[in-house]
Amino acid sequence: MSDIGAGFALALGLIWSLDADFVEIVLRSLYVSTIAVALAAVIGLPLGAAVALFRFPGRHFVAVLLNALMGLPPVVVGLSVYLVLSRAGPLGVLGLLFSVPAMILAQSILVTPIVAALTRQTVEDLWVEYAELMRSLGARPAQMVATLLWDARFSLFTAVLAGFGRASAEVGAVMLVGGNIDHLTRVMTTTIVLETSRGDLPLALGLGLVLIVLSLAVNGAVYLMREVTREPVA
Amino acid sequence: MTAPAHSILPLKVENLSYRANGLVLIDSVSFALERPVRTVILGPNGAGKSLLLRLCHGLIPPSGGQVAWNAPDPARHQAMVFQRPVLLRRGVAANVGFGLRLRGVGRAERRARVAEALALAGLTDLADRPARVLSVGEQQRLALVRAWILRPEILFLDEPTANLDPAATRAVESVIDAIHRAGTGIVLTTQDLHQARRLADQILFLHRGRLIERAPAERFFAGPASLEGAAFIKGDLVW
Repeated sequence: MSDIGAGFALALGLIWSLDADFVEIVLRSLYVSTIAVALAAVIGLPLGAAVALFRFPGRHFVAVLLNALMGLPPVVVGLSVYLVLSRAGPLGVLGLLFSVPAMILAQSILVTPIVAALTRQTVEDLWVEYAELMRSLGARPAQMVATLLWDARFSLFTAVLAGFGRASAEVGAVMLVGGNIDHLTRVMTTTIVLETSRGDLPLALGLGLVLIVLSLAVNGAVYLMREVTREPVA
Repeated sequence: MTAPAHSILPLKVENLSYRANGLVLIDSVSFALERPVRTVILGPNGAGKSLLLRLCHGLIPPSGGQVAWNAPDPARHQAMVFQRPVLLRRGVAANVGFGLRLRGVGRAERRARVAEALALAGLTDLADRPARVLSVGEQQRLALVRAWILRPEILFLDEPTANLDPAATRAVESVIDAIHRAGTGIVLTTQDLHQARRLADQILFLHRGRLIERAPAERFFAGPASLEGAAFIKGDLVW
């Protein structure tokens, strides 16, 4: 017990003193996940809206696929990206394995289906309401997508935040393609795994606390967003 | 309004039919609209009034017959307002200008036309409110000028005052009047005889998917030629 107590004390000390290594790891984590989620949003939002709006062969299959991919295991994504980026892989020449871009790639693959699937649901509901108006006004397909994404912006922000929660908390993908290299690709989750197995609890606990606070902050933001944008009763 | 070089009128509806699930909902309806007058499609619930409007506006494809306009690209010169106004999750002014935005009208012209439309609807003071907090009557007026701002030759209105109290109904009807005076033809559905009397230049009386009678409003209300029309006026035609 005293180990854990002492570990906590040291962990709080690390956070309080803004230890350089500690801060570096936290910032790298945020950087990787933020860029990954931004990429996922750029692809996932229009993709989800398109699946919601347009009738094309295999549309239902794509919808089911997106829902299924929401639960994609991070290690499997990591493994796939690893194979593609490894020296013998199709993109091996890029030399991206064990780098931050590789981690970003892996996390965006993980998050894109989440953003796309949640977007599809949201936009489909809104489309039921908007469809006749948009056709009556002669909106072009791209205009329909843009209008629906904009008018669903608050719900979609929630979807993007959910994606961020997933990205920042996963360990399997970034571990495999990043390699957990000190000062290069080490992020919060991979550090926790490493330091725990080495028995260095303070750093692991400190990062764990940051992750929990981050998760609370994200969910708090989602909650506030819902409250603020609750439909007024006309 | 200056008439476009090629008017989309007359609208010719020929043997128009619509079937769904084995039911004939619109049964070979034919009529023509030559001029931008106020046409009221009158009939009891379930007569197919909304359906006929949607078919004319081109929102749903007919099962048979055709809707023919006089000029190419007729969709651009007509508009429709739905029974329950669809309001975008934006401000009132942004809602009114939405159609112009879709058509790529520049910001300055858009602002001027939105201001004019808001004034016509009596919504100028509410321009910056979120549209969805307006009262139902205000929402309906907003929807009316959002359609009118595109300067349609024909405006389809699907029961524009259903569920409105008398004061709100009067406000909506005065906006409809103003739009008509500005040169737009109105095609409106209602089951409200009083409203039909107030607004109609001509009546299309619809019953069970069939066009029973077409007559100038005065003649129709003086004495319908059809038994169904007479029963409806007396209040005897339930369905």
